[in-house]
Amino acid sequence: MISALSLFDLVLIILLLWLAWHLLSARDLFRATVLFITYGLLMSLAWVRLKAPDVALAEAAIGAGITGALVLVALGRFGEAESDEAEPGSLWLRGLVASAALGLFALLGWAVWSLPTEMAGLKAQVFERMGESGVENPVTGVLLNFRAWDTLLEMAVLFLAVLGAWSLGEAEEPSMPAPGESLLALVRLLIPLIVLVSGYLLWLGETAPGGAFQGGAVLASGFVLLLLAGVRPIPSLMGWPLRAALGSGFALFLVVAVAVTGGSRMLLEYPPGWEKGLILLIEGVLTLAIAVTLGVLFAGGRPPASPGAGKRGEKR
Amino acid sequence: MPLNEWIGLLFILAAAPFFLAGSVGLLRFPDLYCRLHALTKADNIGLGLLILGLMIQSLSLADFLKLLLIWLLVLLAGSTAAHLVARSALRQGRKPWERR
Repeated sequence: MISALSLFDLVLIILLLWLAWHLLSARDLFRATVLFITYGLLMSLAWVRLKAPDVALAEAAIGAGITGALVLVALGRFGEAESDEAEPGSLWLRGLVASAALGLFALLGWAVWSLPTEMAGLKAQVFERMGESGVENPVTGVLLNFRAWDTLLEMAVLFLAVLGAWSLGEAEEPSMPAPGESLLALVRLLIPLIVLVSGYLLWLGETAPGGAFQGGAVLASGFVLLLLAGVRPIPSLMGWPLRAALGSGFALFLVVAVAVTGGSRMLLEYPPGWEKGLILLIEGVLTLAIAVTLGVLFAGGRPPASPGAGKRGEKR
Repeated sequence: MPLNEWIGLLFILAAAPFFLAGSVGLLRFPDLYCRLHALTKADNIGLGLLILGLMIQSLSLADFLKLLLIWLLVLLAGSTAAHLVARSALRQGRKPWERR
């Protein structure tokens, strides 16, 4: 007999596959975008069912929320111009592509199938040494201590993403109509709450699902809201303070990584007793850096050079 | 199952028809404004009942306040989003549907 929960899982899997198919085959880009956001939300539900609430939070906040906003704003900027009907290609070419894709699918399926059903992985080792990690949530312990390397390099990737976006051009002024009072009223109410929730998620990361990425994504949604509501950033903050905030996560992580090295300790091996403080410091700065990075990516380019900025030394 | 969980379950079950009605309205109503109406009205009440049911089931003050906050936030965000969608449609010159 099928239990209610496995029925739920089955429906969820079918819905996910259905959504994925429709979003890939949608001719209308707006439709595809909406389906993508829906897919992200259902995917986060799937992560909850897989008992991975940390991933679920990140998927909902970053996968569906922020990425959805990024895709929407890109669509608004470029419009449907790019969605010309592509030539479907000849029949044998399509057959070739289809058989290659099916072959890869079969290979992946075989790989998954041949895995042992009960895999311990490194769970035992992690739980055995949680006491040394400085935190209680094993996910945070792995991400910020045992495998802090990965998180450090993720910050480098985020930083590179901003460099890429900024080198492509300046952020355009949004061509949207004036947002009106109702959105502004909502933003006024939400911003303090967003800051609070972001800090809460950051603090929660020590003992429960949460942490810098989730908190940062929530804070970034605040930036997105402000930009949408037509609130212009403070010009004096758009110079070096913005750049400092963007680089702060990666920079601080690197400084800590090198500073703790010495004696018999390796790179990123926190000295005993310092773990919790260092993790909290890194996560705090990371939250801000991630939020600013995502907000800047939403703005879509480097801040426009205002007349006079950068020419302070010159006489006019 | 304790009594409060049963009562909570009743509220949660009572929420389901509202979501169903909202979805049917979204699919079947004639124009954007009617669909917005169906979606937001039904979702607000449906979610309210759902939240109420979960509050009764949990019986903890922290959960109670968090659930209340979620409901209020969805109400706020939902009504603002509905307003923005309707306003932008009006500005694009979409005429509301009229019975002929």
